[in-house]
Amino acid sequence: MNLDDLAELAEQFRAADPVVEREVRVCVAASCQSSGASPVFDALVASLGDGKPACKVKGVGCMGLCSAGPLVSVADKDGDLEGSVLYRDVAPEDAEDIVASLDGPPLERLRCATDHPFFARQQKIVLEHAGIIDPNSFKGYVAVGGYAALIQALSEMTPTDVLREVTASGLRGRGGGGYPTGLKWSTVAKMPGAQKYVICNADEGDPGAFMDRAILESDPHRVLEGMAIAAYAIGASKAYVYIRAEYPLAVERLQTAIRKAKRAGFLGNKIGDTQFSLEVEIRLGAGAFVCGEETALMASIEGLRGQPRPRPPYPAESGLWGHPTLINNVETFANIAPIIREGGEWFASIGTENSKGTKVFALAGTIANTGLIEVPMGTSLRDIIESIGGGIPGGKSFKAVQTGGPSGGCIPEQHLDIAVDYDSLKTLGTMMGSGGMIVMDESSCMVDVARYFMEFCMTESCGKCIPCRTGTQQMHAILDKLAKAQATSADLALLEELCEVVQSTSLCGLGQTAPNPVLSTLRYFRDEYEMKLGGG
Amino acid sequence: MSLQQAKPPLPSNDKRWKLVNATMRRNGYAGHALIETLHSVQDAFGFLDEGSLRFVATSLDLPLSKVFGVATFYHLFMLKPRGRHACVVCTGTACYIKGAGALVERLQERYDIDPGDTTEDDRLSLLTARCVGACGLAPAVVVDGDVLGKLDSETLIAELEELA
Repeated sequence: MNLDDLAELAEQFRAADPVVEREVRVCVAASCQSSGASPVFDALVASLGDGKPACKVKGVGCMGLCSAGPLVSVADKDGDLEGSVLYRDVAPEDAEDIVASLDGPPLERLRCATDHPFFARQQKIVLEHAGIIDPNSFKGYVAVGGYAALIQALSEMTPTDVLREVTASGLRGRGGGGYPTGLKWSTVAKMPGAQKYVICNADEGDPGAFMDRAILESDPHRVLEGMAIAAYAIGASKAYVYIRAEYPLAVERLQTAIRKAKRAGFLGNKIGDTQFSLEVEIRLGAGAFVCGEETALMASIEGLRGQPRPRPPYPAESGLWGHPTLINNVETFANIAPIIREGGEWFASIGTENSKGTKVFALAGTIANTGLIEVPMGTSLRDIIESIGGGIPGGKSFKAVQTGGPSGGCIPEQHLDIAVDYDSLKTLGTMMGSGGMIVMDESSCMVDVARYFMEFCMTESCGKCIPCRTGTQQMHAILDKLAKAQATSADLALLEELCEVVQSTSLCGLGQTAPNPVLSTLRYFRDEYEMKLGGG
Repeated sequence: MSLQQAKPPLPSNDKRWKLVNATMRRNGYAGHALIETLHSVQDAFGFLDEGSLRFVATSLDLPLSKVFGVATFYHLFMLKPRGRHACVVCTGTACYIKGAGALVERLQERYDIDPGDTTEDDRLSLLTARCVGACGLAPAVVVDGDVLGKLDSETLIAELEELA
C-alpha cells in the first residue's frame, strides 16, 4: 500500500454517508459519561428519529471542558470544534430542543461560547481529532488522514529517516522525565539483537492527571500509529500497552482499535503489504503507582511484583525479558504521526528553545474551567490559570498550583509569569510530570498538602529500598505532627534532613522525588510550617 | 526435552473456572500471565481466596509464595469478599482539595469501618481510590459503579441509606 491507495481509501470512507451534512456530537469520554452523557446520547438518537436524514448523532472523544459536561456540539460534517455550536450541561430533556434547533438558530439557553480563551488559546496537535472523530471508528480515523504517517514511513522512509525526523523534532518524553525521544529511539535502534520490544506506558498514576486516559478514549488509533512507527524505526515486532485497570473505558476502546486496525492490515502481519509486522498486546496494571517507573512496569508485564531495579542497564539495552526495549508515554506516541506527516522541523518551530511542541494539561482543583487543555510549550502559568482556566471561582484568591503530582511541587503566585517548559519548572523546584495541574486557593493549607502527597508516596512505596520505605514513613509522621501543631523546630530540621537523604539515596524515581512536595512548600510557604510549630 | 506438565483439574464445576482457565490457556500457561490470570479470577469471583491462588499457582507452575506475593502487592486485588454495595471515595488530589478527606472520615464514623473494610452485616464496603478521573466532579464518589459528583457527606450518607 502507498499513500495514494490510502488517500483513496480515506475518500471512500468520507463518501460512505453522503446524505449526512450535520453531526450532533456527544462527548462519550469518561468525564462526560460520569456526568450523564449516555442518557443524553440515547435521548438525542430518539429525538432525531428518522426525521432528519441529513443529521446524525455521533459519540466523540473529549472536548476539554469537563466541568461543563455533558458536552454536545453541533457541527458540519467535517467541521472542527471551533466552528461548531457547543452546548454545556446538557440533560436528556434538552434533546428535543437541540434537535428542533438543527434547522434554525442555535439554542442560546445551553450555549457555551467557543471563542472563549479556554478554546481560543489552545493549539491542538495531540488532541487534533479529540471531540471530532468517533473513537470506536477505524474508518473515522482513516477519513481524517489517520495511518497516513505510518504508510508514509513504511513506503517512503527508511528507519534511519524516521529516526532523523523524530530527532529533528526535538520531542521530549511526555511522561515527565523529558528525555529526548529521538535519542532514546536511536539508542534502541543501534542495539544488536533480533528481538526488541516497544512499550507504551499508559499507567497514568498521578492523582489529578487524566491526559493519557483522555487521549486513549478519544483517539486510540493515533497512539497505535505512533507505536507502529516507533517499532518500524527501532526494528521491533512486538509491542505492549501497559494500562491501568482503573481505566476500563480506555482499555475497551484500545482493544477495539487494535482489533479493527489488525483486521484492516494496519497492525499484525505484513503491515501495508510490506515486510514489517507488529503484534500489539494490552497488559493491565493492578493498582500500583510505582509501575509507572519503567523498570517496575517491565517487571509487572513479566508477571512479577512491580518493583524497580537499578539502572543501568537501561531498558534500551536490557529491558523486557532482557531484550532492548523502547518505553514511551501515551502522549509521546500521540505526537509521532504529525511529526512524520509535517516533518520534524515543523514540530521544532513550536514551543521553546529546549521544549518543543505542545503539552496537554489536566486542569483541576479550585479553578473555574476544569478539564483538558493543549497549549504550546512556553505558555505562561498565568495564561493557563487565569485566562484559559478562568481563574479561581467564588471570589477567593489564588495560592498555588501543584504540578508533577506526588513527584512535583507547588508554585506560588509570584512565579505565575514563568513560561512553562521542562527546564523552567525544574528551576522552580517542581517538574512537568505527566501534565496534571491542581490549582489551590487561599483555603488550602500547604502543610496538609505536603502530608497528603507524603501519605501517597508512603502507601505506594514498593518496599524494596530502605530510604523510600522507611523514609517516607518517618517524613509522614513528622508532617502529621506538624499538621496537628505538635511538632518542634527540631522535628522540622529532621524533616529537612530526611528529605535530602531520601532524595539522594532512593533506588527509583518514586523515592527520589517523594520529598519534592515538602521541599517546594518549605521553599515558598515556610511561614505556614513555622506557624504550625507548637510542642515544646 | 521437557514434557508439558499435567494441568490440575478445575477446583469445582463452577463455570466461572472455565473463564479463568481460558485466560491461562490463551497465554500458554506462561508464568508471566499471572497478573492477567488473577484479574480474570477477580472478575469472575469478585475476590481471590486461598483456593483460587493455589489453583493458579499449580496451573502456571509457580510457587504459591510468588502468587501470594503478587496478589498482595497490587492494590486492586482483593483477598476478601466485598459487601453487597461498594462505596469508593476518590482521594485524588482534586477531590482531596475539595474535601474528600472529610467524606471518608464521616463515613468511617457513621458505619464504624475503615477504608478497605466491610460492615458486619455485609451490606457496605468502604473503599478509596487514587483517582477515578472525574476531577471536574470533585469530590467524586463511586457507588456501585455510578459516579456521584460534587457531594457533601450528608447527601452521600442519605444516598447510601437508600441502598437495600
